[in-house]
Amino acid sequence: MNAVAPLSALLDARRVWRGRAPEVPAGDQPTGWRALDAVLPAGGWPDASLSEILLPVDGVGELRLVLPTLARLTQSRRHVVIVSPPYAPCVAGWRQQGVDMRRVDIVEAAEKDVLWATEQCLRSGSCAAVLAWPRQADDRALRRLQVAAVTGQALAFVFRDRSHLSNASPAALRLELEASPQPRIWVRKCRGGAVPPRPVPLTQLAR
Amino acid sequence: MLWTCINLPHLAMDGILRRRPAPGPLVLADGPVNARTIVSANDSAQAAGLHVGQRLSAAQALLSKFEAVPYDRGSVDRWHRFLAAVAYRYSSEVSLLPHAIVLEVSRSMGLFGPWPRLASMLRADFTELGFRHRLATAPTAHAAHVLATVSDGQAVLSADALRHALQRVPIAKSSLPANAIAALPGMGIRSLGQVLALPRDGLRRRFGAELLDALDRLTGDRPSGLDLYRPPDIFDLRIELLHEVENRSALVFPVRRMADDLSAYLAGRDGGVQRFLLRLEHREGRYTDVPVGLLASERNGAMLFEFARGRLEHVALPEPVPALRLIARDLPAFVPAGRDLFDERPANALPIGQLRERLRARLGDRAVYRLGSTTDPRPERAQAVAECGGVHDEPSPRPTWLLAHPVPLRGPSPRILIGPERLETGWWDGGEACRDYYVVETSLGQRAWAFCPPGEQGGWMLQGWFA
Repeated sequence: MNAVAPLSALLDARRVWRGRAPEVPAGDQPTGWRALDAVLPAGGWPDASLSEILLPVDGVGELRLVLPTLARLTQSRRHVVIVSPPYAPCVAGWRQQGVDMRRVDIVEAAEKDVLWATEQCLRSGSCAAVLAWPRQADDRALRRLQVAAVTGQALAFVFRDRSHLSNASPAALRLELEASPQPRIWVRKCRGGAVPPRPVPLTQLAR
Repeated sequence: MLWTCINLPHLAMDGILRRRPAPGPLVLADGPVNARTIVSANDSAQAAGLHVGQRLSAAQALLSKFEAVPYDRGSVDRWHRFLAAVAYRYSSEVSLLPHAIVLEVSRSMGLFGPWPRLASMLRADFTELGFRHRLATAPTAHAAHVLATVSDGQAVLSADALRHALQRVPIAKSSLPANAIAALPGMGIRSLGQVLALPRDGLRRRFGAELLDALDRLTGDRPSGLDLYRPPDIFDLRIELLHEVENRSALVFPVRRMADDLSAYLAGRDGGVQRFLLRLEHREGRYTDVPVGLLASERNGAMLFEFARGRLEHVALPEPVPALRLIARDLPAFVPAGRDLFDERPANALPIGQLRERLRARLGDRAVYRLGSTTDPRPERAQAVAECGGVHDEPSPRPTWLLAHPVPLRGPSPRILIGPERLETGWWDGGEACRDYYVVETSLGQRAWAFCPPGEQGGWMLQGWFA
């Protein structure tokens, strides 16, 4: 059996394709959490993309995760829109985290309009970040949001229940929050890099 | 002085056609019932052999199927004034002449550029609105009017050139008094040049001072004596639909036209609109009003249309609609949104104000808001919908989510992290509160802001989440 072919010949003939990770441009959207930035391939949130945050219950640190980013954006006079939040944002609490509430718009939308409103805000190009709590969002709806985020060069954050983890998602980044025994973040998907094997602790002092 | 005349040869027909495109032959008829004559015919009617001045009965003999619309003097007058308002954008001196608008442009050219550029801007505006037109410029208003009826695009910029240009104008198109136009060709005088060469005394004896005045106004020896047009302070546009509309979607086309007209009017006034009313008229004087309120003044036609359509989508038509009216009384100054030279946003970004309007148009007027803090320490009253709240920092930790009403915190007894923080206030306004607030951790690992009666550590009421 004399079928030994040199590898270089195969490569030259383009019959063997060498897998290579695509270049990930270092983004300029740090999350504000050093430990998290260190494990994310873009060094922060994927710029102009959809990030999905999956929670077991409300109130486990989902806002603590994004508030440093919102504080940074609003202080540089960019607008942030919140679409159909589950509770009212507490002005005093947000301000304690450094968010300028004058640049935060809250949109109340009925269930069927949440995705429409989110897409409009993302596509408009005038919002730096859009946070949304859609209760019914399928793969196709999230893909639309991802395209809208690219069009409008905005950060899109979608907060959903942990039960959606098993479904595939077009989001560039998927994070899962875990509350007990201690608050931790699992990176479940990140575009342009390997998924880190260990969770990142989300403690009050990690910033 | 330099005057531009915009001649509108098909004013009545264009006013009808822009309401809805007519696919077949269409004529406008005027006159007593038994002797109606055609005053205007569209292209396909002309191709079929109908012409202006023809009796309607003769036209019916020529062509079996065509549409005849009665000529409405009032509506023609309204369009005429509307176009004057559009032209007002280019000059503060605008006057109305029969089937024409004249405007003084010598100073406008300093702002908008030389004549070819100004002419192309005027043409673009009038073509956009759907009105066929002819342009001419001359040192006097009446001469511009005469030159525009003779040919399109003529620009005469000096008094000497004007005399030369007037030489060749035929008497029939000279807009001189009617008796002179009737009599002069009989004397062998066929052009204005010949009239201007005649001795003035003889002309006065034969035709009276009227003819000489008209000639002097043409050449500029007498002031034009025209009343200046002043745009109205209220925009009120009414469109009669050609059939009764029962379906909301059929209103979209006329509403788009009206929004564009409002936008053209506002551009002429250099203003914006903050509130307008779309009135859907029904039979016997009944109507449905659709108010459209905006957060800031706006004048972009596409935006105004979008906001009006958004409001219209929530309206159920109780009856058929034969006519539409758009009334705008609140016309504040328009301040264009400023943008940073080094703005990082994409070039086609929609300003945040227009985004808010778009969301409000579909989701309701109260759906988009900002929150600001009040000075009240009670969490239920500590924040309110506000354009910009006062800056009032809390020293103790505050949650990031706030519940509208406290609810009992269920499950096993939580672990206390921080507290208590005593809150005792409101005895003067009936909303008395006396509570001890704690930051607690639930068995699920959630951080909650909860309170209980003073001195106790039980009966937890959940007020917010440290999410």
